[in-house]
Amino acid sequence: MSATAVSTERGAEAVPARVRPPRRKWTRFVLPVYSWLVLVYLVIPIVVMIIYSFNKVTTPLPQVSFAWNGFTTQWYREWNQIPGLTPAFWLSIRLALISALIATILGTLIALALVRHRFRGRVAFEQLMFLNIAAPEIVLGASLLGLFVTLNLARGFFTLLLAHVMFCIAYVAVTVRARLAGFDRSLEEAAQDLGANPMVTFQKVTLPLIFPGVLAGALMAFALSIDDFVTSNFVSGSATPFPIWVYGAVRIGIPPQVFVFGTFIFMAGLILAFSSIVVQRRKH
Amino acid sequence: MEQPVRADHAGIAPPPRRGSKRGKGAAPYFLILPGGVWLIVLFLIPLLTMLSLSLQTCNPGTGACVMTWHWGEFPEQLKLYHTQLLTSLYFAGAATLIDLAVSYPLAYWIAFYGGNRKNFFLLMLLVPFFVSFVIRTISWSFILSDQGFVLGTLKNLHLLPQNFHILATGWAVVAGLCYNYLPFTALPLYVAIERIDRKVIEAAHDLYATRRESFLRVILPLTIPGIFAAFLLTFVPAFGDYVNQQVLGGTNQTMIGTVIQNQFLVYLDYAGGSALSAVLLAIALIGIFAYSRVLGSRTIEEYL
Repeated sequence: MSATAVSTERGAEAVPARVRPPRRKWTRFVLPVYSWLVLVYLVIPIVVMIIYSFNKVTTPLPQVSFAWNGFTTQWYREWNQIPGLTPAFWLSIRLALISALIATILGTLIALALVRHRFRGRVAFEQLMFLNIAAPEIVLGASLLGLFVTLNLARGFFTLLLAHVMFCIAYVAVTVRARLAGFDRSLEEAAQDLGANPMVTFQKVTLPLIFPGVLAGALMAFALSIDDFVTSNFVSGSATPFPIWVYGAVRIGIPPQVFVFGTFIFMAGLILAFSSIVVQRRKH
Repeated sequence: MEQPVRADHAGIAPPPRRGSKRGKGAAPYFLILPGGVWLIVLFLIPLLTMLSLSLQTCNPGTGACVMTWHWGEFPEQLKLYHTQLLTSLYFAGAATLIDLAVSYPLAYWIAFYGGNRKNFFLLMLLVPFFVSFVIRTISWSFILSDQGFVLGTLKNLHLLPQNFHILATGWAVVAGLCYNYLPFTALPLYVAIERIDRKVIEAAHDLYATRRESFLRVILPLTIPGIFAAFLLTFVPAFGDYVNQQVLGGTNQTMIGTVIQNQFLVYLDYAGGSALSAVLLAIALIGIFAYSRVLGSRTIEEYL
């Protein structure tokens, strides 16, 4: 890189200030303000969801209306009143926890392999992961349904679990790999020089070091699983996870409790996410 | 947190390590094995099965399929559903271009000015995932509804005609796609901008480049692979999406995803559905192939 070389040479001559055109004052704020607006835009539907979970309902049937009818906490008190919704919610939570656990273990192992080793087939494997992430969900769901039909496997919780782990693994591997990039191998070697066997080294040195990354990966997997509709819709069969229940309710009108559960999940996710950031801060 | 650059990090061959000879070659395969098997059995094999299914002939009554190398499914499906394919192309294309334009400055800002709050901003990009995709889309249908907060207010102020509506139009579908896939565009762009060596930009300034020139002739060219990765990661999933169209759009904007879903779940036409899915998959594969041919210096996986 000749450009870099030029820059260091000039630095060595101690040129006082870099020639950088001065910025005009007000334009300094354009980019931050714009960026914050985009971030706020991402949160808008979530805020709407939370607000409408407090909306009164005037019709006899419990359905969220577009119009604002006044504030109530009724739906938080009656969160359990809709038949089918609560089981769907717990099914989704169970599914997300188990698939996040499995996907995190498998994805972390892949990330460790990709960061530390050069091996034959590595590029092909990475392309498989990219294809897995880039493929439209409908293709994932449809092809899995084909497989399950061919194998004559009854669709339900088990097939959902297989599918959710499948689409989480690559995301976890990628997330963990990103956090592993600055990983210092010499710490592990030091532990081994001091007589630790590989198992002890992993427990006492490697795992604590990669833990923030693993946590981020697990969070990602949990979010992807609880969020998923399209793939689940193909392989759920008799089981009804939360998003599928909600989608089925769109035509007949959504009970406000859906937004209450949505708010619960969002708050839980937010708390988990921010605690993971705090954990990472402490590591530095 | 600068770590001292070690020899093997700098690309110089590392000295052979003590006690690491035995089993060294097999180690990565053991680490990859469980996850790899999961991906191959539940992702790769189903994809190949689906591709073969699109060449089989199925009995609509029993659903039993026989391999007949029947390529006729492809032209037939394309002829039947070219309108929906074109609609998907327009909507996903528009949404992807808008997302690229909207998220590039954002990714730039986070990468260059995020400071020690970068992780926080990246988390903000992922926050929408904590609310189900379906609920987020329903939420937009509330926001954009004819008498909702936004349109209702504008109509009451007589800024919009009373019969103005967004829902059940293509605009609403594109807006929903833009919203739902924005993080998939912003994150690869962030990775691409983040990894630009700051010294290169300084060098451009040292050589009397204006800010505009250094952006157009240094930063933008260096991020082209990232832009392409972001394009693929947004366009391909958006192309197959049908939730946005079904919740926000009307019956005039049927996208190909709806057709595929109906073929698999309603009409049980597995051969036809597989042929259309294969078309979607082909777009992704062509994209990845084109990337490695044109921009192959860095592999596309690094932008994930």
